[in-house]
Amino acid sequence: MLTEKTMERLRILAESAKYDVSCSSSGTVRKGKQGMVGNTVGGVGICHSFADDGRCISLLKVMLTNYCMYDCAYCINRRSNDIPRATLSVSELEEITMEFYRRNYIEGLFLSSGVVRNPDYTMERLTAIVRDLRTVHHFNGYIHLKAIPGSSRELMAEAGRWADRMSVNIETPRESSLKLLAPEKDHQSVFQPMKLIQQGVLENKEDRKKFRHAPRFVPAGQSTQMIVGATKETDQDILTMSSSLYGQPTMRRVYYSGYVSVNTYDPRLPVLKQPPLVRENRLYQADWLMRFYHFKVDEIVDDRHANLDLDVDPKLSWALRHPEFFPVDINQAAYEHILRVPGIGVKSAMLIVNSRRFGRVTSYHLKKMGVVMKKAQYFITCGELTSNFSQPIVGINELRPERLRPLLISKAQQKRAAAEQQLTLDFQDDNPT
Amino acid sequence: MMQVYTFDNTLDGLLTAVFDSFFLKQPDVTLLTEGEQLPLFADEPHRVVTDGEKAGRVWKGLENYLSQDGLRMITLSWLSEEHALNQPLFNFVCKVFRLKVKNLERNAADSDVLEVRNTCRRVLHEQLRMKQFIRFQKAKDGTYLAVVSPDHNVLPIITNHFQDRFNDQPWLIYDARRHYGYYYDGKTVIHVTFEDEAALPFDLSNGKMNADILSDNDQLFQNLWRTYFKAICIKERMNPKKQLSDMPRRYRKYMTEVSAAD
Repeated sequence: MLTEKTMERLRILAESAKYDVSCSSSGTVRKGKQGMVGNTVGGVGICHSFADDGRCISLLKVMLTNYCMYDCAYCINRRSNDIPRATLSVSELEEITMEFYRRNYIEGLFLSSGVVRNPDYTMERLTAIVRDLRTVHHFNGYIHLKAIPGSSRELMAEAGRWADRMSVNIETPRESSLKLLAPEKDHQSVFQPMKLIQQGVLENKEDRKKFRHAPRFVPAGQSTQMIVGATKETDQDILTMSSSLYGQPTMRRVYYSGYVSVNTYDPRLPVLKQPPLVRENRLYQADWLMRFYHFKVDEIVDDRHANLDLDVDPKLSWALRHPEFFPVDINQAAYEHILRVPGIGVKSAMLIVNSRRFGRVTSYHLKKMGVVMKKAQYFITCGELTSNFSQPIVGINELRPERLRPLLISKAQQKRAAAEQQLTLDFQDDNPT
Repeated sequence: MMQVYTFDNTLDGLLTAVFDSFFLKQPDVTLLTEGEQLPLFADEPHRVVTDGEKAGRVWKGLENYLSQDGLRMITLSWLSEEHALNQPLFNFVCKVFRLKVKNLERNAADSDVLEVRNTCRRVLHEQLRMKQFIRFQKAKDGTYLAVVSPDHNVLPIITNHFQDRFNDQPWLIYDARRHYGYYYDGKTVIHVTFEDEAALPFDLSNGKMNADILSDNDQLFQNLWRTYFKAICIKERMNPKKQLSDMPRRYRKYMTEVSAAD
């Protein structure tokens, strides 16, 4: 039976879970089944609400317990922190999940946990809940389960049968930083469970070729997360890691989490006035370029440009470094080339290649289709912009990148980026608490 | 010479108008709904008499030229109930037969096609928002109820989703703006209307169920949800602008976590 105490526990455990950014409920389509509640829709998933920080709420993101035996510097739940601790009982958690789901509050459950006693003990408890939800409560909605590093192969194999997605967080792209901040962890302990999940999925694929009705194993693949701004890694380190992760067959999403100064007293961590939100945003944009825009990681960042430009987005930044690629002829160029034009996204690129079979596409049409002409105009030619007309062409090659760049940066953007670059120390006396 | 047609504001009526325009060889038509103000200096308008057979023939013709997506684009955009859609949709259908090219729905450079396309996109966006933002309350008898008032008439295209998802619980989703709803009894989905809306056991202005029929612990779960909603926010990352654009105000009055608490 749920009481007021449950509410307090839910509050504490949600607050402990909220720094995990993954929220998506995508990656697998599963129709409803007779005698079971729920389905999963695939596509981009469904966000059921948006919190005051603008982040979507899709899954009930909660920890089973926030007691933890580890002492990772960046984590709010580290054992040396003096925060309220709580544990939800199995029946409480299951009832909340089911009742929330039936009221259309959530797409499913995202369950993680602090590590208590040992990894196997913790993983076993998580697995038991997920198994219960599927078999006792007949829950057919989305389940994202955190894999506890160091737990046994058998437990992972069992958990993977019930969960839609599993994840292990890498936290930092360089092992040295991880060891500095989380002495009890190393990269091996992260990659091990990742590998187990991947093996499970691939074996399951083979099985399903032979037995069509073999139960699916982690059908929505895995995801992971890296903290941004807590350690010295450059964007090049981070994106190179992402790129190699995306090379693995089951890795669906890499999340970037701008570090929120939760443990201000730890000297190993920088004290940030605000989380590096602009940088985080640029990393997501770069991530999108790799996943949907056919960009390679070394086109986005290289040794000379190890960090992303905070003033302009990575696609524009690439374009300014590569004037020789432009102008792109909207009516002739291949889809992949059109995708590289700043101001043209996946949707408008598709519209363009579909529309130009019916006739010439002009800048008037582009505007109507939703292309951001303010940016795109310097990088394209289309019907009326050719040299046949008296009007001179004003493109990136005529203006030169260094003169074009200031035209494309908005004041507000610059201000935001500048504010973030001043990562000054916040001393105790001007921050009364 | 421009000719004015008036029709009864149904999709069949619009398709009949297309039929008439070809039959009477009048390519240049301004389409108005019946009762609408006629433009000055117009000839006597031609009143389109909706005819299922004529409309059917036009639709059959469309099937020869448009892809499944193209046909769906027409039916979906029609759910928008937007007055401004009539003329572009009419022009689009006429163009399909006049130009006789396949898959004209892909030509976003054509302003009529683009208008229909964008309207369709808005309808699809809103049906997604219904899937996101519908909030059920549980009644004592076990029925789950939600009230909505979408801009577009999207209920018909979301019932499948809710039937699939909640196939073991009876539910009612009611459109307060259009005064009808869909009721799922555990087996089939039924279109329902109520003669006396005032007698309904829920408040149509905020969707709240009357306390006497609300199931015993529903209030508790609503409070749990509100608590969770507040707890999950990271204060250092406050971003009301993004929240507002992702969850516009007009949907909030029926949403448990952001509606005015009682």
